[in-house]
Amino acid sequence: MATIHPIPAGDVPALQTEQLSVYYGSNPALRGIDLTVPRNRVVALIGPSGCGKSTLLRCFNRMNELIPEARVEGTVRFNGEDLYGERVDPVNVRRRIGMVFQRPNPFPRSIFDNVAFGPRINGNTTGLAQTVERALRQAALWDEVRDRLNESAYDLSVGQQQRLCIARTLAVRPEIVLMDEPASALDPIATQRIEELIYELKEDYSILIVTHSLQQAARVSDYTAFLYHGELVEYGPTDLIFTNPVEERTEAYVTGRFG
Amino acid sequence: MMGARAARRIRKRRRSGLAFGAVAGIATAFGLLTLALLIGAVVIEGAAAFDLQFLRSFTSRFPERAGVRAGLAGTIWVSAITAASAFPVGVAAAIWLEEYAPDTWWSRLVQTNIQNLAGVPSIVYGVLGLALFVRAMGAGRSVLAGGLTLGLLVLPIIVISSREALRAVPDSLREAAYALGATHGQVVFRQVVPAAFPGILTGTILALARAAGEAAPLILVGAVGFIAFTPTGLGDPFTVLPLQIFDWVRNPQPEYRQLAAAASLVLLIVLFVLNATAILLRNRWELRR
Repeated sequence: MATIHPIPAGDVPALQTEQLSVYYGSNPALRGIDLTVPRNRVVALIGPSGCGKSTLLRCFNRMNELIPEARVEGTVRFNGEDLYGERVDPVNVRRRIGMVFQRPNPFPRSIFDNVAFGPRINGNTTGLAQTVERALRQAALWDEVRDRLNESAYDLSVGQQQRLCIARTLAVRPEIVLMDEPASALDPIATQRIEELIYELKEDYSILIVTHSLQQAARVSDYTAFLYHGELVEYGPTDLIFTNPVEERTEAYVTGRFG
Repeated sequence: MMGARAARRIRKRRRSGLAFGAVAGIATAFGLLTLALLIGAVVIEGAAAFDLQFLRSFTSRFPERAGVRAGLAGTIWVSAITAASAFPVGVAAAIWLEEYAPDTWWSRLVQTNIQNLAGVPSIVYGVLGLALFVRAMGAGRSVLAGGLTLGLLVLPIIVISSREALRAVPDSLREAAYALGATHGQVVFRQVVPAAFPGILTGTILALARAAGEAAPLILVGAVGFIAFTPTGLGDPFTVLPLQIFDWVRNPQPEYRQLAAAASLVLLIVLFVLNATAILLRNRWELRR
């Protein structure tokens, strides 16, 4: 059984899963996950490769549905509303819950058009220039690109591309940002910038971040979930998970004895 | 240190690598040389007859007055009709197959058969065009029937090359668009198709270049070798450059051989222009990314 430490009273749940399971064909990738993501907090998902971290992340914006053989069971609630309810359109879910991927994946277009894509497909084109500027400022990229908005996004460095992808996500004004190892393709300096950014973003957003780096989880997150073999082993405040875990497997993993 | 046996093995591998490189190089040189000889022969023989007069005149019983005006105009007409008919249908089919079709045995059957269609000899398309466009549709022996027939001929090629261009668009691009709340249609038409467009365009133009060189299917749908006017509408009779060449080569008078070479030169120039356009369009499109 999993150990779920209580969430302090001041924290309001934004996302909640109940007995969430995911199967790829007949293979279970996630089993019976109960997880609560509080508003304006950063939650880190850690665990060895193949433990289901990314699968769990993709349940929150219904990206798993793009994989034909994936099947999701259980419930996911977003502000109390069932994300997988019959009347819920996954397109709408993804507009409210944004996602940043492991490898920067800018569109083959100008910097401006990358950030403007989200507002454009939503039909929010009034004040587009301001929206783009605001998103780029939030992603701490504005000063570097303000004079070259019409240049190709591919001309940016990889670290800048990743911040562009964050800006692109923020331009849609989501309520939650999912990040799937956002710094794993970046050098240490670019990584540090992303981490600082995460710290600033939690003022306005709830953030779920999958990371392979335990140090990163310890640095950026308020809560940490340890997953192993598709199961949630332990979940609670980050300092507790790292300094005083209850589960033996959690302790072994955070002290580097396996994984 | 390396043992003597290991050193021998490495020398042996290096030698066989060099030998393969030499064989491949000779094969390449053989192909290039043949092509150079062919183009050289056409240029040498055709240059004497190739001038503005040659482009402006119709064919004639007198070789010194004959020209390729009808063939050139016919080729342009037919190519335009081919492009206008095959491009939208082919690209739409490719988009459906690649981005919309469910992966069932039925869609796989369709896909396999498109591959097979691309391998069907062009004369068979001529028979089809004769039955379908000339007779059943009542288009007669017209430039329209010719263009549509070649459209059928290049359709599978356009479908296949467009699908390859669409498949080359990385999934990360699709995911990025989905994650921003794009609908399936928005993902396809605002990101995937534009990203694949240079490849689609290149494939289409290369397919058209192939169509422009066809003679056999057009003979079946009634293109004629001796014609003294250019088409003014879709229902007019026509000839094309390859047929003009064929007609002249059959002629016993030696002067016509020279005319055939000059017409080949014109055809080659048309094909080069088409291919150059393909490359130019692709480069321009890619720069805009």
